[in-house]
Amino acid sequence: MTFTLTDDARMLKESARDFFREQAPVARLRKQRDAKQNGRDPELWREIAALGFAGVIVPEEYGGAGLGHVALGAVLEEAGRTLVASPLHSSACAGASALLLAGTDAQQAEWLPKIAAGDVIATIAIEETAHHAPGKSKLEFEGGKLSGEKKYVADGHIADLFIVAGADALYLVKGDAAGLTRRELITADSRGAADLKFDAVAAEKMNGGAEIVDAILDRARIGLAAEMVGQASEAFELTSEYLKTRRQFGQVIGGFQALQHRAAKLFTDLELTRSCVLAALDALDRSSSNIAEYASLAKARASETVHLASNEMVQLHGGIGMTDEHDAGLYLKRARVTEALYGGASFHRDRYAGLLGF
Amino acid sequence: MTDHLETFRAETRAWLEENCPASMRTPLAGEEDFVWGGRNYEFKHPDQKLWLERMGAKGWTAPTWPAAYGGGGLSADENRVLQSELKRINARPALFSFGIWMLGPVLLEYANEEQKKEHLPKIVRGEIRWCQGYSEPGAGSDLAGLQTKCEDKGDHWLINGQKVWTSYANYADWCFCLVRTDTSVKHEGISFVLIDMTTKGVETRPIKLISGSSPFCETFFSDVKIPKGNMVGRLNGGWEIAKRLLQYERTNISGFGSGARVDVVDIARQHVGLEDGALADRDLRARIAAHKMTERAYALTTQRAQEEAKAGGNVSHMASMFKVAGATLNQERCELMVEAAGNRALGWAGEGFAPDDLAITRGWLRSKGNSIEGGTTEINLNVVAKRVLGLRDTQ
Repeated sequence: MTFTLTDDARMLKESARDFFREQAPVARLRKQRDAKQNGRDPELWREIAALGFAGVIVPEEYGGAGLGHVALGAVLEEAGRTLVASPLHSSACAGASALLLAGTDAQQAEWLPKIAAGDVIATIAIEETAHHAPGKSKLEFEGGKLSGEKKYVADGHIADLFIVAGADALYLVKGDAAGLTRRELITADSRGAADLKFDAVAAEKMNGGAEIVDAILDRARIGLAAEMVGQASEAFELTSEYLKTRRQFGQVIGGFQALQHRAAKLFTDLELTRSCVLAALDALDRSSSNIAEYASLAKARASETVHLASNEMVQLHGGIGMTDEHDAGLYLKRARVTEALYGGASFHRDRYAGLLGF
Repeated sequence: MTDHLETFRAETRAWLEENCPASMRTPLAGEEDFVWGGRNYEFKHPDQKLWLERMGAKGWTAPTWPAAYGGGGLSADENRVLQSELKRINARPALFSFGIWMLGPVLLEYANEEQKKEHLPKIVRGEIRWCQGYSEPGAGSDLAGLQTKCEDKGDHWLINGQKVWTSYANYADWCFCLVRTDTSVKHEGISFVLIDMTTKGVETRPIKLISGSSPFCETFFSDVKIPKGNMVGRLNGGWEIAKRLLQYERTNISGFGSGARVDVVDIARQHVGLEDGALADRDLRARIAAHKMTERAYALTTQRAQEEAKAGGNVSHMASMFKVAGATLNQERCELMVEAAGNRALGWAGEGFAPDDLAITRGWLRSKGNSIEGGTTEINLNVVAKRVLGLRDTQ
């Protein structure tokens, strides 16, 4: 196991950091939101794809960089820092992983190059109720036709390709397939999503059963946890800076012990969670036999940490933290969406206990 | 390099096979199995003595210290190999020692050649047992407020004052001690001295704790004369050494949160039971799961810090963070153990309770000290806030 980035991954992280800071700061999300784009920013997505970020884990033979999950995690973390509204996680992590793990040779050859180039946006469709319960799908597949419903599909309103999870099978559905109805959701994090209705929609069955659904979800969970560490780190650092500049009672408020201790505890929590996420990304690249454990560890811890960091960001900023003008609210809203996606802390604590045999 | 390490591994394995007694490859039943060494130490088993002598002669009780001072002279990589080989055969630590964990590292950094030659080899071989004279009745969290007086009497230092929370002072041969050599300033008036506990005027009294044990003492110094050569570093330069030593101590105490021990999951399985493969008490199950995650996160973070240190990063300032997290983790573990064991962990003595259950009770009470000793959690959070995060009192 290692926590150290390779030179390739480090360079990728630095270029992602520079790009997102310059081209996609939080102000860009705010602008998208105010223009009611609901997460649509095709120009930004083209630029992201041009930098190769959409194909980090796609093998070179399909036009990707073939760098692996540690490298992709580094990019996602940087994207999380400035709340970049793009389908990077949905397509480059979840969608690409689904095709890599469950795609037939033909499906991989057709779709992976397009995903890597950013020409096709893929996403995974999992939830059918208000909560994450991948094993309880009621999807029906008969004679090559898929029927049923999916809820709150991340980037579902802009996706070109869906990997749809049944209880023990996966299906590939094109975004323009007849019988597929999308209801665009305007979401709290201003990123958008969609509810999908399948009425005898033409679908291709992919390889694998429930185990592969889990394996794909674990890649999505770990990648999302990396994005969440980015969000939490930025929320923490912005808050810490504020404590050093805001003055009350004739001194900076960072001098008050009650606030110092909250900051120190949050910092400790963040460091512990960062280790879990880095170890989980590394476990994927090593093809560890404990990926499920690492995934639940990373996703549960990241959910708790980003929850705490976003709440503290609002509270420690005081009144200004409650205003729409300040970014704290944007971190708070995105935090709750990522916490819930693909299972929140309680789902993953329950799963972790099961994996440990108690 | 790899070839060299593989050879070293083979040699180490062979040596351990031959030299580690079978009884020293069984789990430690409790603190009573710890071998602390020292002039008056009573070994409970001849194998303990044999194992200590053999490891001490190799310098492997302090594997990375220079061989010139009795250490093993191993590189960090070689030491990792040694530790993994020790772990492979479940070898018990040959020696538990404040000299190795705390004093030795600062002697290597700050002591003069004569002091190193005198003290380090005896620490390695477990011949001298050390205690730590830091806290005083009026100087706990505010350690630099210490008042134990050390006066220059020309040919010797004269020491008067009282220390408290001196771990195992009643068993120790020597004490590394913080003393006041200038009363007109605070931090800059402290010096670091070494005191032979058999010197006239030194007295210790054990303090009984809520767990029933007495690991700590009050230590009194009344007109204690020590040689001029027993000061480490310069006069009034002790605070820097004191802080450095605290980093080692905090890292060491934070280690209470890891390592082989009774698993709370096993206790819960035994006393709460499973239903459909899951603990029957679902609320307790969720809290144990969260705890196991924190435990894993802590272990991974320790590993990450070691990797970063090896790559040349400065992680010494992280000691306070690890101290806080490790203490919290161990206390959480002990509370969960008591909860999981139910009324079995609410005994105090007698045959109505199994020794393992009584150990849970005593361990829980002892763990309350984890967030106090070696700097309270509150003081360590101050350190993290100020030194790591740069949050200051006045700006």
